[in-house]
Amino acid sequence: MSAMAASPKPPATRKEAAVSFEGAAVRLGGRTIWSDVSLTVAEADFVAVLGPNGAGKSTLIKAILGLLPLAAGTGSVLGRRPGEAKGRVGYLPQRHGFDPGTRIRGVDLVQLGLDGTRWGIPLPGTSSRKRDAARVAEVIELVGGSAYASRPIGELSGGEQQRLLIAQALVRRPKLLLLDEPLDSLDLPNQAAVAALVRRICEEERVAVLLVAHDLNPIIGYLDRVIYLAGGGAVEGPPEDVITSETLSRLYGAPIEVLHASDGRLVVVGQPEAPFVHGDRHA
Amino acid sequence: MFQGLSWNPLTDMHQLFAYPFMVNALEAGTIVAVMAGVTGWFMVLRRQTFAGHTLSVIAFPGAAAASLAGLPLAVGYFGFCGFGALALAGIAGSRRSLSAESAAIGSLQALALALGFLFVSLYHGILNGLDSLLFGTFLGITTEQVVVLLAVAGAAVVLVAIAARPLFFASVHPDVARAGGVPVAAMGFGFLLVLGLAVAETSQITGALLVFALLVTPAATAHQLTARPVLGIVLSVALALAVTWLGLALAYFSIYPVGFYVTSLSFGSYVVVRVGRALGRRRQLTARLALEAA
Repeated sequence: MSAMAASPKPPATRKEAAVSFEGAAVRLGGRTIWSDVSLTVAEADFVAVLGPNGAGKSTLIKAILGLLPLAAGTGSVLGRRPGEAKGRVGYLPQRHGFDPGTRIRGVDLVQLGLDGTRWGIPLPGTSSRKRDAARVAEVIELVGGSAYASRPIGELSGGEQQRLLIAQALVRRPKLLLLDEPLDSLDLPNQAAVAALVRRICEEERVAVLLVAHDLNPIIGYLDRVIYLAGGGAVEGPPEDVITSETLSRLYGAPIEVLHASDGRLVVVGQPEAPFVHGDRHA
Repeated sequence: MFQGLSWNPLTDMHQLFAYPFMVNALEAGTIVAVMAGVTGWFMVLRRQTFAGHTLSVIAFPGAAAASLAGLPLAVGYFGFCGFGALALAGIAGSRRSLSAESAAIGSLQALALALGFLFVSLYHGILNGLDSLLFGTFLGITTEQVVVLLAVAGAAVVLVAIAARPLFFASVHPDVARAGGVPVAAMGFGFLLVLGLAVAETSQITGALLVFALLVTPAATAHQLTARPVLGIVLSVALALAVTWLGLALAYFSIYPVGFYVTSLSFGSYVVVRVGRALGRRRQLTARLALEAA
């Protein structure tokens, strides 16, 4: 069962597609995870990737990153093949938090997003070094992490770690941001705060965001579109078009009902597996 | 306990540098300390201490095999540690789980120790030789050895410097590093090779069993002291240099082996830093509680 507010934002004006998949499929170890997936994510769109466990949400992110090849169909990311636009794609993987003993400062972690792929040792005091430091400070300020960025990351709370990791993904001014379950393991106020932060980044930095989520509730009010993965396929569109009885029943291949609650929220019932329950946290 | 020590620093310093063998030992120690400090900092960061320890155990049969074959010890150290690093990289590359990986490394370690014992038995050499293979010596280091140590250490430190940032990235955040184009698997493989070289170098001063005195303890102490990467590496090298120099000097003036001094000094510094940090945290906590109560 699922409860969602039906107050989606109007879709942004269509410009260059940040991500475009046509009839795409991914196979892992002989098993087809999903197939015939067609979707388009436009510039500065905030898109949630939803679906039950094992539907291939993280697989979609990895396919966009070019870490997994497409078994069929075509894919384009920022006008190039997946994996070829590395500098312009920010990525936050699914993770389980840093060990409390991790002795790495948050600011160093953010800095790695900027220069972690560069070879050689930087000379201190050069103008490019100062520019880098200024950019790191700027992006930490953007996520509101200036107060704790110089502390070891292992000593920070889950929400603080997540904000700094978003800063790391943002530091090279990407045009596409891929966030794999960034709200995982955060409490409800922090989930809403991080979702609001992502919405603000989306608008201010003109970056398209794909956010994998388990729980739609904290983010529904901030979204432009959703990609719903289930039953080996996907549906993409504005939330009010996707979260309907007809669409979800066709996707699951089983009768699904979307009920309209009196307060205007949507309630999804009858999902055959991994019930999409508010606050229900499956790993 | 201390023989020939005048307690006059100038005279004692002069005495330390009076013999070529001691100058060689100090040079070799300096080279090894720099390499161990740098490599050790990354090893502790990557939590590969167990792999490092296994490489040091592999150094022992290497040296024993070299003496058996009448080859220079360095050939055995570098050869075995190099192959050991390849084996460990193979284990890490094919790993199904972390527990399977550590079990495989442990098995390799047992095999290495058994092989070393076999070679020593076959050798029937002076028992003294076994002591220095396991626990180190600073006597009889030749100028050629110093040159070899310098060449290997120089190459390894340059390699680590070139790869410093991608290696740091791959160590702390492998998923993002891979997505950004860092060859994470190749970095892990390359680092194990450099670690093998570092162990082979360090073994020649501290012996196979006390490699950790230089490779782990100064690096672990540096990680405790600071979370800043550059400062941490500098501290790690400085600590390794300090314990090496002091250890060599103390060993020169006393009857006890150099490995004992180097190990005790680095362990002592580690304990002091850990206790100091624990006390500091407690003071912070007390202060915070007092503030909240007020």
